[in-house]
Amino acid sequence: MAPISHLSTKGLSKNFGGIQAIRNVDFDISKGQIRALIGPNGAGKSTFVGMISGRIPPTTGEIYFADQNITSLPAHKRICLGIAYTFQITSVFSKLTVHENVALAVRRNRQLKPNDVLEQVSSILDKVGLLDRANSEVRELSYGHQRLLEIAMGLGQEPSLFILDEPTQGLAESEVLEFITILKSMAGLTTILLIEHNMDVVMATAEFITVMNFGEILAEGTPDQIRLNEEVQLAYLGKT
Amino acid sequence: MNDKNLALNIGVVGFLALLFFLVSDYHDGIIARILILAIFAMGYNLLFGYTGLLSLGHAMFFATGMYGYGLSVELWKFSAFEGLLFALVISFLFSMSIGVLTLRTKGVAFMIVTLMFSQVFYLVVLLFGEHTGGDEGFVISTHGRTLFGLNFVDPTSKYFASLFLFAVVLLGLTLFVRTRTGKCLVAIRENEERAKMLGYDVWVHKFIAIIISGVICGLAGASYTLIFGYAGAAFAEVHYSILPLLWVLLGGAGTLIGPLVGTVFAFYLIDISSGYTSAYLLIVGLVIVLLTLFAPQGLAGELKRRMAHWLQ
Ligand SMILES: Nc1ncnc2c1ncn2[C@@H]1O[C@H](COP(=O)(O)OP(=O)(O)O)[C@@H](O)[C@H]1O
Ligand SMILES: [Mg+2]
Repeated sequence: MAPISHLSTKGLSKNFGGIQAIRNVDFDISKGQIRALIGPNGAGKSTFVGMISGRIPPTTGEIYFADQNITSLPAHKRICLGIAYTFQITSVFSKLTVHENVALAVRRNRQLKPNDVLEQVSSILDKVGLLDRANSEVRELSYGHQRLLEIAMGLGQEPSLFILDEPTQGLAESEVLEFITILKSMAGLTTILLIEHNMDVVMATAEFITVMNFGEILAEGTPDQIRLNEEVQLAYLGKT
Repeated sequence: MNDKNLALNIGVVGFLALLFFLVSDYHDGIIARILILAIFAMGYNLLFGYTGLLSLGHAMFFATGMYGYGLSVELWKFSAFEGLLFALVISFLFSMSIGVLTLRTKGVAFMIVTLMFSQVFYLVVLLFGEHTGGDEGFVISTHGRTLFGLNFVDPTSKYFASLFLFAVVLLGLTLFVRTRTGKCLVAIRENEERAKMLGYDVWVHKFIAIIISGVICGLAGASYTLIFGYAGAAFAEVHYSILPLLWVLLGGAGTLIGPLVGTVFAFYLIDISSGYTSAYLLIVGLVIVLLTLFAPQGLAGELKRRMAHWLQ
């Protein structure tokens, strides 16, 4: 059986003034896959997922999600279709409590009773290890904990496509391991598009890897294929 | 946890009911006026304190209610009840149009656009001076000050009608801010981009906020005219766009009880200080400076920060 495409882009491009940040990218993920998107800084990864989530309007090209052309849908409607996006630059509600941050994510897409929201939020906070901080204001949290909160908010949305932009940046070693466990527990149920610099995380979680460079897809393949790809080594992994 | 807020607000209403019997007629008169203006401040607070949209033109919403009521009662001989309904419908339609027009802008542009619309409103009131009475305004005849058998020339009716309307709006808002929509407004205030990326339609929520805010302020304007029997262009001036902002800032933006606290505080500050000196504005200014230094979140905001974190 051919894998069902969950998300794809056709000829997607983005120009910022004179800079061509994304050039004519055709991309495809099948349902339930964990896909890593890697590439050097400035390769265009954040811009690319920004166009998928609806934060950045594409210059040309099309985006399909769950068999629907979503290119012209506003961001909030894409989120309602089941896309969740965690920001590379932490973006949370810093004056609200940890609980309320996740509750806002949980409440959006589902008509839940207040008690069910409470339960959901608690179970998610437990999963990411923030349950004991539930009633703290977010600005009192350490940077790493705020990153975990971003992930918790994504989980709270129960997305069918979960886009994470460098989620492990700033996490402690033990928290990274926790994160890997959480990702793996979602495997098969949720399609995951993970931008990640930490190659240990990529190799531990990704079923398939896309490498970007200068706004184009340089290579795609299984982790083993990518490891052995010479072009990738030159552009990105470096010869160590 | 939420029910502390409900209990507090019901307690405040109960206390205000008792207060009528405890203080002199003079103060009963002031408090009745304060309660109606506190409704105005609560309407303003929903948009400014909860949603984070700073309008400099809310006098137009108050005046829409005021003239919607006053003119329909005087020119077309509507009954008080019909006039009130008419004022609310007009306020609703007017807030909708203002919402559509102003929500294309953000931040400073939003402030300026609301200010401009409100100035236009004021000029229109003057332009139709033949009917509106311009700056002098007009008083309401007896039939427009009688509702459900109550005549608002009577101080007791004035006080309890004002308190009733105040209570309805306060308790209504207490329930509203804990709904999904109410909480989304706070999310938009705190981080609009994030609210959008959680799937909330930011525009629609701001639109809802501006409509509820406009209708509450329209209700305040209409009730003012009904209960105190007067409509005049002074209420459409920029002055009356700044006052609710001041009251809300003094009392505590984004708290339910803040608008009342701020309105009471501002009124009595002026009332008491003007009893001592004709240069009372100096005292008022000084107190406001001190408050912004030592309680930048307003009185209720400071209380929330220091001890009552549960305050909504
Ligand atoms: N808003 C913007 N305006 C102008 N240039 C931008 C903007 N966002 C990104 N860029 C440029 O686009 C390129 C890709 O950036 P980005 O997508 O952030 O890369 P990555 O996430 O892979 O590090 C960079 O050259 C960056 O400077
Ligand atoms: Mg990036």
